[in-house]
Amino acid sequence: MVDRIADPWGPRTPYGPGEPWPERVDLFLGGGLAEDDVDGWYQSASILHSNGDAMDIAVKDGRIAGVRGRAADRINRGRLDPKDLYGWQANNSPDRLTRPLVREGGRLVESDWDTAMGRITARSRELLDGPGGWGHFGFYTSGQLFLEEYYTLGVIGKAGIGTPHMDGNTRLCTATAAASMKASFGTDGQPGSYTDVDHCDAIALWGHNVAETQTVLWMRMLDRRRGPNPPAMLAVDPRLTPVAREADLHLAVRAGTNLALLNGLLREIVRRGWYDERYVAAHTIGFDELCRVTDGYPPARVAEICDVPAADVERAAELVGTSGRLLSTVLQGFYQSNQATAAACAVNNLHLLRGMIGRPGAGIYQMNGQPTAQNARECGADGDLPGLRNWDNERHIRQLAELWNVEPDTIPHWAPPTHAMQIFRYAEQGSIKLLWISATNPAVSLPELARIRRILAAPELFVVVQDLFLTETAELADVVLPAATWGEKRGTFTSVDRTVHLSEKAVEPPGEARPDLDIFLDYARRMDFRDRDGNPLITWRTPEDVFEAWKECSRGRPCDYTGITYDRLRGGSGIQWPCDERRPEGTERLYTDGVFSTDPDYCETYGHDLATGAEFTEREYRAREPGGRAFLHAAAYQPSAEVTSDEYPLLLTTGRTVYQFHTRTKTGRAPQLNDAAPDAWIELHADDAARYGIADGDLVGVASPRGAIEVTARIGRVRPGVVFVPFHYGYFDVDPAGRTPRAANELTVTAWDPVSKQPLFKTAAVRVARLSRNGD
Amino acid sequence: MHLAHYLGLLHRAQSTLAGAFREVAGAHAAEPDVFHLCHRQAQVCDTHAELLEPFARRYAEEAPDEPDRLHSELFGGTRTGGIGLLRDLQDLYLMAAECDICWTVVGQAARGARDRELQRVVGRCEGETAVQLTWLRTRIKQAAPQALVVAG
Repeated sequence: MVDRIADPWGPRTPYGPGEPWPERVDLFLGGGLAEDDVDGWYQSASILHSNGDAMDIAVKDGRIAGVRGRAADRINRGRLDPKDLYGWQANNSPDRLTRPLVREGGRLVESDWDTAMGRITARSRELLDGPGGWGHFGFYTSGQLFLEEYYTLGVIGKAGIGTPHMDGNTRLCTATAAASMKASFGTDGQPGSYTDVDHCDAIALWGHNVAETQTVLWMRMLDRRRGPNPPAMLAVDPRLTPVAREADLHLAVRAGTNLALLNGLLREIVRRGWYDERYVAAHTIGFDELCRVTDGYPPARVAEICDVPAADVERAAELVGTSGRLLSTVLQGFYQSNQATAAACAVNNLHLLRGMIGRPGAGIYQMNGQPTAQNARECGADGDLPGLRNWDNERHIRQLAELWNVEPDTIPHWAPPTHAMQIFRYAEQGSIKLLWISATNPAVSLPELARIRRILAAPELFVVVQDLFLTETAELADVVLPAATWGEKRGTFTSVDRTVHLSEKAVEPPGEARPDLDIFLDYARRMDFRDRDGNPLITWRTPEDVFEAWKECSRGRPCDYTGITYDRLRGGSGIQWPCDERRPEGTERLYTDGVFSTDPDYCETYGHDLATGAEFTEREYRAREPGGRAFLHAAAYQPSAEVTSDEYPLLLTTGRTVYQFHTRTKTGRAPQLNDAAPDAWIELHADDAARYGIADGDLVGVASPRGAIEVTARIGRVRPGVVFVPFHYGYFDVDPAGRTPRAANELTVTAWDPVSKQPLFKTAAVRVARLSRNGD
Repeated sequence: MHLAHYLGLLHRAQSTLAGAFREVAGAHAAEPDVFHLCHRQAQVCDTHAELLEPFARRYAEEAPDEPDRLHSELFGGTRTGGIGLLRDLQDLYLMAAECDICWTVVGQAARGARDRELQRVVGRCEGETAVQLTWLRTRIKQAAPQALVVAG
């Protein structure tokens, strides 16, 4: 087999437009095992990125021994990301948490489940007693648990405790995807299908380094690029990523200026007559206002704002404006940057103007960053309501109340669910007193880490952390609960393109570690949450019980799962929702008839002003008479909240490497992956490096108004004026005494998009200085 | 012709609101959304005042006497904490509401005066003031339960 560290994407299998993507089965087994040596194979999918690649887990002597891609699956046709090939080894890591820990005299000590859960329950009861008790609870979960776990957590929080303070780290990765789809199409739900790669004649990647974030999707694109009649490719990214190098046209825009570029492109498309007049008239609202706003962005002005050649703006407009089947993908370069929701909506506008939606090859992927982010959104464990319901729609709340048999008043719906940054603010101010963090590591992943550590360490805040390892966050907890993970528990999750997979339990969890679902169910039992008839609120015992209950919650909603069963997910390929009686095989593309989810009784939001996040009311929404038409949202470009200054002259952008995921909790414990990318670095343009006297390999100090880090310099791969630091690196593998700051989020700014509330990781002003020469 | 009175009133109300937005931003810098959006709205108010100025000058020439001080004192400085934020946002809301009704009055007068230019300015600015009101209401609704029912 090829070395998938040296070549993350593996050998090409070229194919032409409309042809099926050829199979290529990737396999890695540890300990020199051959396929025949394996005791059993258990079906699953990837948990180390958002693509949803299907695989089988190999088990030998009761331990996970490797993985093999599933050739039958529609998403990956057998291929695997290098993180999946090697990342499973973390399951067997000797430093897994195997017993609960509780804080005694300032130290975390080993304990037992009864003691740990007893402490959480006692504190919960104390806080819940009295008016406003719900407001002392915050739940901060993940994009890496299973559907069944999110739904259970959602019911506990919304119907058991009645708190709106629930969010996930999906806020950091995918909130803008959801917000933009709600804003443009009425509800969340990816219009496109991964098979659009098979049919398209142009691919536009908007702030999306797919080569490193979803390698298998990139393999599909590369295979089309190496086959007959390849699609044209446009990359918008301040860095010279592998995608930018492959693209026919690369716009290395100044960080924070995406919306100005998009406005310019939309203007060209209208003025050159490249839009579909009939589609726009029949299926959209807002064309005149869009034209009025975008008219102020001629190529010369865009060139000035974005610092790219005007001719390239015109070429980009032609590339996306004249294609016959355009595929767009969007990710963090847009979602974590200035005017995130407005810029992501502008990509939706492009497709609506051109009628490029709902047919093969004409698709949009508003991507996710994490494997189960879609489920956190659907199930109401993050800042959304279960079944993609509208918090401001009384009828939607009544549906949930009936389903759970609680009073509608129990379910908080006076405002949208509290977003993560606000949850941490309430904790900082002391009104949230219990913060339960599951499967995520905010002490490395949230902006402005010194502040986050201070909040988590405050003695008044009772912090519960549920994880596999003693993460940087767990170190600050009052109770640490050892969780089982992928391969040690059963459940389902859903990819970016709505494909649902079942992940089987292959082995027992280590020691006393428990599935996250069992932990939540245990809490619900101990808290004795009741419905309005005095019966237990939650009666589920197994993942399949929860899945069946969830199906009822999803009935009639965009994410309808009622036609899916665990058995139907076994063998063969995953199934795309919506899947119900009418569509038993699932649904490959949404909006094929140009009818969008904007009906006032069906939509997930009544809309926002994109510049401020001001919420519109039901009456205002109805007055627009959307009637199934999509919204063309227009917004003017505004400079970032934080811009460069003499003191901080460079813009920092953060992101990923192909070899690591999230905060390296798993990938940092897989030897091949860790050896490939063991430490943080900073990328600088050669001109900036020369200005500050920095050479490749020098140790560099990077400082912002919030903090400073020390990392090694890499020259190149980024545009002038912008520097890049990967966000994966924290401190768990460094002795607490010898921890030199290296986490990118020591530097980032506490600020967020007004609509999606996604933090702005991509625009912090910094300065750099050489600390020592390479080798000194 | 008394339009100058209202133009003067509105001009001062916009300038005062700009200042209040900046004060609230500074006092609640630990709420990053309030900090950034208040600063941005202050700029919007500045622009409104600038746009009004030529009209205020022009109509002042036709006014029988100097514009008087009609506006009320709504803002007496910022407060701290969760309830303080709520009260400060509410002050901003009331001040923006005063601007809002002034735009309506000035807009009507502009129609009566057949002043198309002023009508265009009013059309743009009253929409932006309406957004300010909607945003402030949104933020107040979000903050109220935690500040009034939960926080100790």
